[in-house]
Amino acid sequence: MRVVIAEDLFLLREGLIRLLEAYGFEVAAATDNAEDFLAAIRKGGCDVAVVDVRLPPTFTDEGLRAALTARAEIPGLPILVVSQYVEQLYARELLADGAGAVGYLLKDRVLDGAQFTDAVTRVARGGTAMDPEVIARLLARSSAAEGPVGRLSPRELEVLELMAEGRSNAAIAGRLFVTERAVAKHTASIFAKLDLQPSDDDNRRVRAVLAYLGR
Amino acid sequence: MKINGIRGGLLALVRALAFVGLLLAGTALLAVAVASVSVAGLGLGHLIQNLLRAGLSGGRQDLTDLLGAALGAACCWLVLPAALLATRRLTMRTRRLSARWCGVPVRQAYAPAPPGTRHPWWPAGSVHGYRRRMSWLLGDAATWRDLLWLAVNTVAGSVLLLVPLLLFGSGIVAFIIPALGSLAWFYGLQHLVPPPAFPGNTPLVLFIIGLAMVVAGAWIAPPVVRGYGRLARWVLAPSTQAELELRVAHLARTRSETLDTGAAELRRIERDLHDGAQARLVAMGLTLDAAGRLIETDPAAARTLLYEARDASARALVELRDLVRGIHPPVLADRGLADAVRAIALDSPLRVRVTGTLPGRPPAPVESAGYFAVSELLANVAKHSGAVEAEVDLRHESDALRIIVRDNGAGGADPSRGTGLRGIERRLAAFDGILVVTSPVGGPTEAILEVPCALS
Repeated sequence: MRVVIAEDLFLLREGLIRLLEAYGFEVAAATDNAEDFLAAIRKGGCDVAVVDVRLPPTFTDEGLRAALTARAEIPGLPILVVSQYVEQLYARELLADGAGAVGYLLKDRVLDGAQFTDAVTRVARGGTAMDPEVIARLLARSSAAEGPVGRLSPRELEVLELMAEGRSNAAIAGRLFVTERAVAKHTASIFAKLDLQPSDDDNRRVRAVLAYLGR
Repeated sequence: MKINGIRGGLLALVRALAFVGLLLAGTALLAVAVASVSVAGLGLGHLIQNLLRAGLSGGRQDLTDLLGAALGAACCWLVLPAALLATRRLTMRTRRLSARWCGVPVRQAYAPAPPGTRHPWWPAGSVHGYRRRMSWLLGDAATWRDLLWLAVNTVAGSVLLLVPLLLFGSGIVAFIIPALGSLAWFYGLQHLVPPPAFPGNTPLVLFIIGLAMVVAGAWIAPPVVRGYGRLARWVLAPSTQAELELRVAHLARTRSETLDTGAAELRRIERDLHDGAQARLVAMGLTLDAAGRLIETDPAAARTLLYEARDASARALVELRDLVRGIHPPVLADRGLADAVRAIALDSPLRVRVTGTLPGRPPAPVESAGYFAVSELLANVAKHSGAVEAEVDLRHESDALRIIVRDNGAGGADPSRGTGLRGIERRLAAFDGILVVTSPVGGPTEAILEVPCALS
């Protein structure tokens, strides 16, 4: 799997390259600014991109904007955005096009190599990988939950939460100590309550997550 | 006369009438103030006189004199401060109306209430409190200007305002109505109309005179109202020196508060780093050292220690991130105030709607103060108001950043009690900003903060 990296901190960039290569990824390009990153993306042949939110020259949200630009140019291009902090606002902007294949993680998650590369793979395959902290902050709001998401049972919310992190049914089943069949029942119920028509299952998962984040 | 002219004249007449209302209220206040002082003075004078006389002749005190003195003291205690504050209200209203109606803005410069004054309208609870309050009110040159204005207004203001009003009013009452009244005769209604001012004239002559008076009244009303505004400015506007004195006092106070806040903030950051990230890094170093020693003899234990170190580094990162958020939120740096406020709204447990936009970015310190103010206000709403919905409106109008935070909660927030609101006020004061909270019991609560600044 070919990866393009945009990360301005030398140590972290090298660390990312080493980590990804150790897990069998091929690093197509490692850039330290938004322009080089976009150029590398436009060359094509990239399966997934890992982008830091803060990039030179202004060190604000250049990386995020570059990611959004890249997605606008190549719809559905899998992108994993990493940052020193997470903002729901940014998570929504990334998810706004509804195409999935988006991840948004704290840089801390790099520390756990297996989990991080797992997230990269999930994003590359069209899933989502939202940082647990984004989800945790959403949960803090759930007392005021309204609309379709408010109709979900606590268990279904748990399932949806893990779905938003990007877990598969098998992984969710492992986490909640239930059978995969039970999780499948929950997800079907979630899709029904959120009024998501049965089409392609992955796409429905993304849309469920969008409904969850969008309240 | 053009339509606009007629409308302007009538409008000016209505305004003159409103000013007369204010004038009467002011005169009444002046009377109350003078009366309470003189009752006190007379009562006290009598008492002293009788005391002296009684001391000489060995007689006893007259009860009525004691009562008089007590009444005077009560007047001074209960009525005088309230009368002075009411006067202040009145002249503030006059200043506002003068700007709006006469096109003559009148500045104001009142010394701020001494700290700890919660209900200046209520009678003071102690002699000390009363003395402090009176020295605040009477030591302020603006109070004396207000009183002077009441006197000047009663004499000169009334003459000025009554000219157009009387012309207009008597033109109608004494001439036009009787002229028309003679027509009413045909309908047997003449007993309903007043007799003409100058009997013997024909209705037509009466009507023409009346019309001339009405037109003259409406014609001179606008310049008279403008002149009244100038009179108000002449008496009420503070001297440049008084304004500068207040400004200096304000700056000195806010500067020292800003320095205090800054120093306290630095201490907090230092403590957080010392107890948090720094301590964790030390612990991590020790763990890694232990792992290094164990790696040959007990690889399994070494691995456990290494994972421990990794977890400690993750926790240190979390702490650093929270600290950074408290110093300068990254989203504020990235996106500016409007989006940062949207980010707060998303994190709030309430449903928060954010409206309005800013065409540019305020200076960074103002942005930061605004951000933390909104954050604190929304936290207050979530904690105390019982509201489920809130609304934040941001805009930049007449060279000031204005943010309104509104909720549908129970109201009854008291700015003098919470330290949070006081903290916001202090923070904003450094930029000459203000916070106004209106929170009637039963809600809704509305907090408006305004900071003068330019956008870039």
